[in-house]
Amino acid sequence: MSTSDVPRPGAHVHFGVFFQGVNHTTIWSDPASGSQIDFETFRRITTTAERGLFDAFFLGEGLRLREQDGKILDLDIAGRPDAIAQLTALAGITEHIGLVATQNTTYNEPADLARRLAGLDLLSGGRAGWNAVTTDNAWTGENFRRGGFLDHELRYERAGQFIRTARAIWDSWADDAIATSTEYETWADPNAIRHPDISTSQFDISLDATLPRSPQGHPVIFQAGDSPTGRDFAAANADVIFSRHGTHFDDALAFANDIRTRLLAAGRPANDIKILPGTQIVLAQKASEVDEKRRWVLDGQYTGQTALSLVGQVWGRDLSDRDPDGPLPEDDPVPAPISVTRGAARDGKDPIAIANEWRALAEAKNLSLREVAIETSARSGFVGTPGQVADELAHWVRAGATDGFNISPYIVPGGLDEIVDWLVPELQERGVYRTKYTSTTLRGHLGLREPLTRRRSVQTDRSATG
Amino acid sequence: MSVFALGIELDGEGCHPAAWRRANHPPSESLSRRTLTQKVRAAENAGFTLATFEDSIVPPKGAIRGRVDAVNRASFVAATTSTIGLVPVVETTYAEPFHTSSQLATLDYSSRGRGGWIAARVADPAAGRAWGRPILTEQVDLDREQRDSIAVVRGLWDSWEDDAVIRDYARGRFLDRDKLHYVDFEGPSFTVKGPAIVPRPPQGQLVIFGTEADREQVDVVLVTETDRDAALDAANRSSGLRFIEVDVTLDTPHAAAAGRLAALNQHESAAPSPRLEYIGTTRGLVDLLTDLALHADGVRLFPTVIDEDLPGLARYVLPALFKSGVAQRPVPGSSLRANLGLARPANRYAKV
Repeated sequence: MSTSDVPRPGAHVHFGVFFQGVNHTTIWSDPASGSQIDFETFRRITTTAERGLFDAFFLGEGLRLREQDGKILDLDIAGRPDAIAQLTALAGITEHIGLVATQNTTYNEPADLARRLAGLDLLSGGRAGWNAVTTDNAWTGENFRRGGFLDHELRYERAGQFIRTARAIWDSWADDAIATSTEYETWADPNAIRHPDISTSQFDISLDATLPRSPQGHPVIFQAGDSPTGRDFAAANADVIFSRHGTHFDDALAFANDIRTRLLAAGRPANDIKILPGTQIVLAQKASEVDEKRRWVLDGQYTGQTALSLVGQVWGRDLSDRDPDGPLPEDDPVPAPISVTRGAARDGKDPIAIANEWRALAEAKNLSLREVAIETSARSGFVGTPGQVADELAHWVRAGATDGFNISPYIVPGGLDEIVDWLVPELQERGVYRTKYTSTTLRGHLGLREPLTRRRSVQTDRSATG
Repeated sequence: MSVFALGIELDGEGCHPAAWRRANHPPSESLSRRTLTQKVRAAENAGFTLATFEDSIVPPKGAIRGRVDAVNRASFVAATTSTIGLVPVVETTYAEPFHTSSQLATLDYSSRGRGGWIAARVADPAAGRAWGRPILTEQVDLDREQRDSIAVVRGLWDSWEDDAVIRDYARGRFLDRDKLHYVDFEGPSFTVKGPAIVPRPPQGQLVIFGTEADREQVDVVLVTETDRDAALDAANRSSGLRFIEVDVTLDTPHAAAAGRLAALNQHESAAPSPRLEYIGTTRGLVDLLTDLALHADGVRLFPTVIDEDLPGLARYVLPALFKSGVAQRPVPGSSLRANLGLARPANRYAKV
């Protein structure tokens, strides 16, 4: 394909790595699978990603262990660190890579969370990111002081107010507030530090912020909501969208165009947000080995027990004593609770309809229960030789379907090695990937403008003086 | 008494409000990663058993109005140090015990078992206003939050048994769910279900520091008395570990301790210290600490100016204590608990 045929011939692929910490897509049953919690695992992945010139390392957030049928789910990896504490430790052993913490706006409070994010941002030299997520269920709330207090409709209201409050806290210190020598009267000029008083429907707080801005101004804000409300929320607040549209090109392009439209409506430039879909990349060096590699990954991700559990969620009952390599159950699902697995993302589709679809699929392709689970649940992402995948990724970013990818390794800690050693050089050869870091901040790596509030303050100042 | 542990408080530039004027770097470097790393490394090289990090959501009372969260600071140096214990303050009055438990357990993993926690009440109403929570100032309320928070955090640290991750290939199970436990804490002001999201930390339980009032729940009681005899009385009173807190102003090659303090007070006079104060020669401090070691299990030193007082501690005071056998360097690769002579605790839920 000729580069002049695409809208963004000069675009680069940006890579993040998402350390999942839960879900069956991280293989634990292979000898190459390492500890999910030892610091060495995180050191290895983060330094590998930095060697591969990635933009960012992402951590998810755990607030309650997942359960199925009222019992703790025991089939998948579990047990993970606190995101900000772990990323700050990683900041001490890395120089360039961005460090992004998923943190929800319901079971945190702005003064505390904004301060901890600012601490990560300052100590990392401007490499912090915040993937702001909303949670409202009372089940998660059972671990927190306020319990399940937030109505579903209010979660974005709270999230929006939370982010605005965090930004006000981050903007409290003038950039020249701290004395530059001991000749000054005081360590900081008290008049150069504002005192945010926030009174909204969700927050009534008043504080003296304890930190100046980092070299990147504010932590970079990521958002992952996908509903129309979530997309509008991102268009109004986010720097980056961690999207779900990372498997099918047309779907990704439609999403990107939708976001651009919403950005313009929100009064921002159409390219003001970077889009990094979550994805999985499976590589084999020879084309003849690709199918075998793909099969190996799926076999590890969908153990017999995991397949029985996934199918059991649709059927609404425990299928763990069935043969996963046998057929789907013949009887219909129990039309009972919509979701028996708590803490896992599963939309509320009618189970009988799903069962009928799956039976039709099994019959048409002669599939076992386990094969159906693989066929219907597998996130395909990108599979191929390094050259094939590099061509695809280059096409995606040049065509404007995305700005890069947030890769979830299917095994830790070694799952990034092939991507860094095989895929990154192919992308560099194609001129779509950096050959060295040219910035020291996450905002700089992503090519983002300065934080939203700082732009507004500049405009306000101009209008006030002019 | 087998162990006499040496702790040092590394908040800001020292415990004097004018300490920033005597730091080795410009004021704008007070909060930087480089300054933090240098201070902790100097303390580790000197042979301190542990470093503590004061904290509050409210800015410090002294001249330096800025402060990075203490768990952040401890975590930042966790992977680049190897022997020193890292002990942040985390407030109990408003913070979420579930988050506190996860943050500290994570520090214990990144430091490979060198994490501790100073559990602290916060009586300043400004903290409540920053959190946006109903303001607590009555002692009974502060005590309840402290007690319940420590209980929940300790419960969560035990909520995974050490061998809960089983990787049972034959049965397709990563976890043994019988080794995960709901803590089901119900107190007057909050409830916490559990289990933790972080597996049991390397030390089993991090070393918890508190006040005399917290004696039943903590590993180490910090004795904060201005009078030497009162401090020794307090230290002698209990069977648990006792650390006496001491402010330290030393003679330096260029100035006598009293003169240094007077010069600092001319810039900004320090509020009366709640702690024992030592002002003088390094030899005199060695004598004082040798005496304290007969009665206490450790000290927590508060240098008046870290950049000026830590060199004297590192070059003269600690070497003299190591030479006489009063104190010992912490052992590389061992946990903070082990360096304090504390056993790794059994898990309350484990069946014998």
